[in-house]
Amino acid sequence: MSNDQVNEKQKQYWKKNLRLILSLLAVWFLVSLFAGVILAKPLSNVSFFELPLSFWFAHQGSIIVFVILIFIYAIRMDRLDKEFGAEEVILTEKDEKGDES
Amino acid sequence: MTVEALTLTLVVITFGIYIYIGWWAKVKDTSNFFVAGNEIPAMANGAAIAADWMSAASFLSMAGLISFLGYDGTIYLMGWTGGYVLLALLLAPYLRKFGRYTVPDFIGDRYYSNKTRAVAAIATLFISLTYVAGQMRGVGIVFSRYLQVDIVVGVLIGMAIVAFFAVLGGMKGITWTQVIQYFVLIIAFIIPAVAISLQLTGNPVPQLAFTFSDIAESLSQLQVDLGMTEFLEPFTNMTGLNVFLVTLTLMIGTAGLPHVIVRFYTVKDVRSARWSAGWALIFIALLYLTAPVIGVFAKYNLIDTLNETDITEARDISWVSKWEETGLLTLDDKNGDGTLNFMNENSPDNEVMIDKDIIVLSTPEVAELAPIVIALVAAGGLAAALSTASGLLLAMSSAVSHDLYYRIFRPDATEKQRLAVGRIMIFLAVILAGYFGINPPGFVGEVVAFAFGLAAASLFPAILLGIFDKRMNRQGATWGIIVGLVFTLTMILLMRSVQVFGTETQVLENFLGVDALGIGAVGALFNFIIAFVVSRMTSPPPEEISQMVEDIRLPNITKKE
Repeated sequence: MSNDQVNEKQKQYWKKNLRLILSLLAVWFLVSLFAGVILAKPLSNVSFFELPLSFWFAHQGSIIVFVILIFIYAIRMDRLDKEFGAEEVILTEKDEKGDES
Repeated sequence: MTVEALTLTLVVITFGIYIYIGWWAKVKDTSNFFVAGNEIPAMANGAAIAADWMSAASFLSMAGLISFLGYDGTIYLMGWTGGYVLLALLLAPYLRKFGRYTVPDFIGDRYYSNKTRAVAAIATLFISLTYVAGQMRGVGIVFSRYLQVDIVVGVLIGMAIVAFFAVLGGMKGITWTQVIQYFVLIIAFIIPAVAISLQLTGNPVPQLAFTFSDIAESLSQLQVDLGMTEFLEPFTNMTGLNVFLVTLTLMIGTAGLPHVIVRFYTVKDVRSARWSAGWALIFIALLYLTAPVIGVFAKYNLIDTLNETDITEARDISWVSKWEETGLLTLDDKNGDGTLNFMNENSPDNEVMIDKDIIVLSTPEVAELAPIVIALVAAGGLAAALSTASGLLLAMSSAVSHDLYYRIFRPDATEKQRLAVGRIMIFLAVILAGYFGINPPGFVGEVVAFAFGLAAASLFPAILLGIFDKRMNRQGATWGIIVGLVFTLTMILLMRSVQVFGTETQVLENFLGVDALGIGAVGALFNFIIAFVVSRMTSPPPEEISQMVEDIRLPNITKKE
């Protein structure tokens, strides 16, 4: 592979990574600060089983979603690494510490 | 066996295990000492992070704190978990790829400056020191409460144990001890929660019982009837703006805490760094999803049992008399009608005073669990305090021995010298932490505001920009850190002047309505703005730094040719 091709590939990998991060962070914000704080009052009147919806998000739901978000990221990035052939080289990474090429 | 004998037995057994692991994990080189030789499996690292993260305060006080804060208790629930999403997505994989030993390592290399490295090292020291003092105090309190040992003796025993496995085993010893400590503390936390949940609702899963029963609603109603704040109503204790900013500060502060970040250097590759963040949050969430349930159920149970009960009858209940003796529960029939009347905590006519710590501590007895569970809670509290202390001590030791001594003053130091300095530093840090545990500074309760505010305003933005903004240079990052740090520190000092300087009144009430605990988010915003503006007005970073940023962004593609 030529250098240009490698650079192009790197750019694509990074762009996909950024898009994934941004969409997951949007969900992160929606379930925590948005649903639990900004919409705390209005969502107090909506019930989620026996609890007000905003209270449930603030005390339970947001934390559950946080866990799911991190695992989605780990799984999707594993897939992305594979797609870009990034994971094979991990084996050699230790030997090449400090190699900037 | 009595509760005391059981507690003593359990404490001795768990301490024996910690010491054994310290001996087993003894290390001979700096890589093992600082980052456990990069060979901790992702799941074990997750458990170690969780134990490191959950302190004596999370274990003993958080459920109680939430039971008094009601809805607004979410600042701790979301604040102390949400940061892990930021860590997993924005920092951990890249720092692992960078692959050195500490946070100042990254900041110093990325911003090609030993001055910036020194600033980061000093911030690390300061953040960890403020944080560790409370942990040693926690050890002393658990000892004195359960084993009737003097607090000073308790702190000394705790110091000896931590010193043993931390000096000998470094990060490797600390990590494997923390894995065990996690399981001790989580079992101790979950058993009483399941029991009280079964007792009140017949449902053994606390989180489900919380969502599908009317206990929370009943507590809220009960509190309104008694003139307290409505439990389920938002912003009864803090303004909405403060709930927002405090939560945000705790989130980004979490992601900027050096002793948490360094854990991601201990795994073998980038992939493991991502996964271990997930495991860490699962392990943490087990406690954080249970704490609000315990808070609500235990408080409901307490009010329900004691309110309008005959005072002599109440004192016949064994746990009531026991906790009344410790002073954590005060019964006082002020109006002389022979029955207890709950009221707003601040009302002069209130006849029952509950200390927030009692919520977790008394649950096993209130739920009539076997004495072994009470002993387990004591061992769990100790595990929580010791595991957090040891992680912090390593962060302090590495800031001095690795960042300041080796990277700045003696780059020619041999491996042997570096390891020796690391060991001496961790030993000194234990002594310093013990000193503060025995003589806590007056403002020990305020350290949370300092540690999280400073981490949020200084380290988090500098690391984030170092990864995601290739154009960020030395000048931008350094000025950003300085402005964020100075602003946050000044604001907290002015707002906490009563506790820190002993002034009559607060010099500053708040900053545009923002409290001390939430000011870190504002400081972080200033850091980002200043860093961006200054970096665009000065020359771009050297070519090799851009190359380094490219390199850390990819798990390994660059090496494929």
